[in-house]
This record gives sequence, structure tokens and C-alpha cells, in this order.
Amino acid sequence: MNSTIYARRKRVNQIGLTLSMMAMALGLFVLLWILFVLFKNGISAIDWAMFTESTPAPGSEGGGLANAIVGSFMMVLVTALVSTPIGIFAGVYLAEYGDESKTAELTRFVTDIMLSAPSIVLGLFVYAILVAQVKHFSGWAGSLALALIAIPVVVRTTENMLRLVPGSLREAAFALGAPRWKVATFVTLRAAKAGVMTGLLLALARISGETAPLLFTALNNQFFSWDMNAPMANLPVVIFQFAMSPYDNWVRLAWGGALLITLTVLVLNILARVFFREKVKV
Amino acid sequence: MPNSSSLPLKNAIEIRNLNFFYGTFKGLKNVNLDIAENKVTAFIGPSGCGKSTLLRTLNRMYSLYPGQRAEGQINFYGQNILDAKQDLNLLRARVGMVFQKPTPFPMSIYDNIAFGIRLYENLNRADMDERVEWALSKAAIWNEVKDKLGQSGLSLSGGQQQRLCIARSVAVKPSVILLDEPTSALDPISTAKVEELVSELKKDYTVAIVTHNMQQAARVSDFTAYMYLGELMEFGHTEQIFMKPARQETEDYITGRFG
Repeated sequence: MNSTIYARRKRVNQIGLTLSMMAMALGLFVLLWILFVLFKNGISAIDWAMFTESTPAPGSEGGGLANAIVGSFMMVLVTALVSTPIGIFAGVYLAEYGDESKTAELTRFVTDIMLSAPSIVLGLFVYAILVAQVKHFSGWAGSLALALIAIPVVVRTTENMLRLVPGSLREAAFALGAPRWKVATFVTLRAAKAGVMTGLLLALARISGETAPLLFTALNNQFFSWDMNAPMANLPVVIFQFAMSPYDNWVRLAWGGALLITLTVLVLNILARVFFREKVKV
Repeated sequence: MPNSSSLPLKNAIEIRNLNFFYGTFKGLKNVNLDIAENKVTAFIGPSGCGKSTLLRTLNRMYSLYPGQRAEGQINFYGQNILDAKQDLNLLRARVGMVFQKPTPFPMSIYDNIAFGIRLYENLNRADMDERVEWALSKAAIWNEVKDKLGQSGLSLSGGQQQRLCIARSVAVKPSVILLDEPTSALDPISTAKVEELVSELKKDYTVAIVTHNMQQAARVSDFTAYMYLGELMEFGHTEQIFMKPARQETEDYITGRFG
């Protein structure tokens, strides 16, 4: 046994450990700093009126974010309803059917590009093909732009989660004479359920804070509205407009909205983790 | 080389001039073998000798993977299952398979059994209950699970999971059951239970078993095939293979001098 080699290995280990602890501390520090600033500025804006009143007109007192909260909720809900089936179907196709076929390879390639596409480009795209054609902004257009962001995330997580299902489980189902679609729906998708749910939640967390794709699609709406066919208020765009305004109550609401979004995303992420932990237990 | 076809037995499966390819690698070389009805046929040989490959041709499991192909003939009650027109799902419903590692589906114990049955039969609730009980009893696990049929199959111990998987295969009433090293992941007590089960199963089914455990082959099988490097080296009555093998290589392997 060579003690100098051992001493050196120990030293390298110490250095590596110190560096990774520092990286962790830096990350944690920034996160806590962000949360601290958000809470400091935002907590005073969170009151009953924020959930009941709509965004105030320029110069008027008070007001809330009810229209933006409802708008964001509606658009995220529609996006979830659209992208869940599409994303899961495509993910199942990639993992269970396509394998290495040309179509699957192409789908994977396109999905990867969509994953890294700047969201403002997707917003502009929907503006060009939908908003510019019907000549008005709408909640539908906003949802469409958000779906373009969410679908690739769902597709890839679904595929990856299905690939984690052991091949032996798949073979066992085939060995009973089960057709491929039954193997996929009743065995592998069920085995990967927790992972797929996690992917969905993370996709929703991702889109609920997106601003750029909504700027040219849903735009904003000063009034309370459930109408997806009209311009729709939403938290990210309201925050964007209000934060840079000269009105104190607008700025305060922007902070409140930012805190609200952050907490929502935090809850979604924690939910995703809880789901995933359950999967690991199995 | 002794051949079972010389005996007054009915063959469930007759393998003729079987060659198997993983891409360009030849995994099986001109294998000829008969698997007798209602008997246990064991495949032994060192790792990589092709015994699992051979087993996986019998239910065309390899067809799931592009790049793997078989040439020759495998006659299952007279019908060549390597034929391109062979319906794989129907074949696999008649030739069941149990794997090395237990593979319970992520569903209740009851549904693990019912899943396969529902594929090809439409039973009412009472008949299904009866069939599930029958299959679990066949696999000698009914008494252990009868009070928790609603629980996840994953909640069982490894040995129980494997017997659940055997019950699942039995439940669809196949005529042949393939066992691919069914006890290699199990403790000795569970192994003994599964071995007992194999002897029980051959009353109603034809069984083919791959095993690394020589004693196991000697204990449970009627016929033994010794394979090496993709070739069938020797095949005959288990007693004969273990007591007075015709070839030196077989004897070396069985006595542990190699492999």
C-alpha cells in the first residue's frame, strides 16, 4: 500500500468536496435571495382584494389581479388538456412503437429542436398563423403558444420514463400473447405512471411563468373575462407591464403576482417530487 | 446421439435445422431437437451457449427485436411457427414463458392473473374468480395470497412473485410453458417450491426449462440437452446424460471440470 497515493487521493477528495459544497451554497444562496426579495416586496400585496378585484386602470387606486389569475389559470388549463394527450401519445409512440424507425428519429429530432426553441419565436409564430389571420388577440392563441412549449417537454419525459421500464416487464406482457397496444397501455404506461405525471407537472410549472409567448398572443385584458376568444389577462404579462410602470399600486401588484407565480411553480415542483418519490418506492 | 423421437412419445415441438442470428453473429448452429409432450426438457450449458436463445425462439420472443432472426423449422404440433404468417400473439398465448427475474405487472395480484385471461376469453365475474383461484392454486401460492388479492403484485416477496408469474402463465392455459432460469434470483426455499411446481405442471403441460443449476436439471427434468457455443452437443434422457454421457465435453461440464 502506497501511503503517498492514499494521501493524495484524500486531498483530491477534499478539494472536490469543497468545490461542490461551494457550488451548492452559491445556488442555494441565490435561490434564497430571490425568495427573500420576492417575499419582502410581494407579501404586502397579497390580500383579499388581489384575488377579487381586477387590474386597476392607470392612475386609479387599489385593484387586484383576479382577471390575470383567472386568465393564467384558464390558459394553463387548456394547454394541459391539449398537450397531455398529444404528448403522451407521441411519447408512447417513440418508446413503444417507433424505436429506431425513420419517423421516430425525425420526431425525436424535431422535439429536441422545439425543446430548445426560444419561447418568443413560438409566440411570434402563433401571432403570424393565428392572431394575424383572425385579427385579434385571444386566450386560445395564448394556449396554443404555451402548448407548443409544453408538448415537447411531455413527449420527451414520457418517452424517457417509458424507457426506464425494464424490458423484462414488456417481454412478460408480450409472452402472454398481449398485442402491443395493450402492453403499452396496461403494463408499461402504468408502470411509468408516476414518472409521466411528474413530467406533466414540470411542463405546467414551466409554462405558467412564460411571458414571451403570451405577449403577441393573449396580450392582456384590463377587465375580468372568461372568454378564451378575447384578449386575456395573465400574470406574466401583467407583471411585465406593471413592474415598469410609474404607479405605486401597479408595482406593488406586480410583486404580488410574481410571488404568487413563484409559489405556484414551487408547489408544482414539490408535487412532482412527491409523485416521483412514490415511483421510486415501487 | 439418442433421440427422443425413437421413443413412444408424442412431440409437442420438433426443432429442425435451426440457425439463429443476432445481426451477423450466429447464436445457434443447426439445432435439431424434439420436446416431448407432458415432459420436462432441460437446457444446460455454460453462459452464452445459446440455451436461452433457443428457448426464446420457441415463442418467437426474439421477433420483438429487429436484427434477430431464425432460420430452419420449429414445428409446434406440426405447424411451423417460424413461418412469416404465424400470428405471434396467438402463438404466445399457447406457449407461455416465465423469466429469470420475477416480473409482476404494476397491478393487483388478481389483475396480474386476470390480465392474460381477458386477452382471449370473456369470462363473467364468477368464472373469472374461479379461474384466478385455479391458476394461483396450480402455482401453489393461493393460500399465501387469497386474503390479499387486491394488493399490488409488487408487494409480494421474490419467491412469491415468481410463483405469481407462473400462475399468470398457467392461467391462460397454454400447452407449453417455457421457464428461463426461473429460480436463479430466488432463495433455496423458494427454489424448492418452484421445482416442486415444475414436476406438478408437467401433468398438464409440456415444460422446457433453462437452468444454470445442474442439480436442478437432474431433479426436475425427464430430458436434458447440453449446449455449447450455439451447438446442441448432446441430448437424451436426463438419467443417461448425467450417469453416462456419450461425450467427454458433456461429462466435463456436468462434473464441473469446466464451464
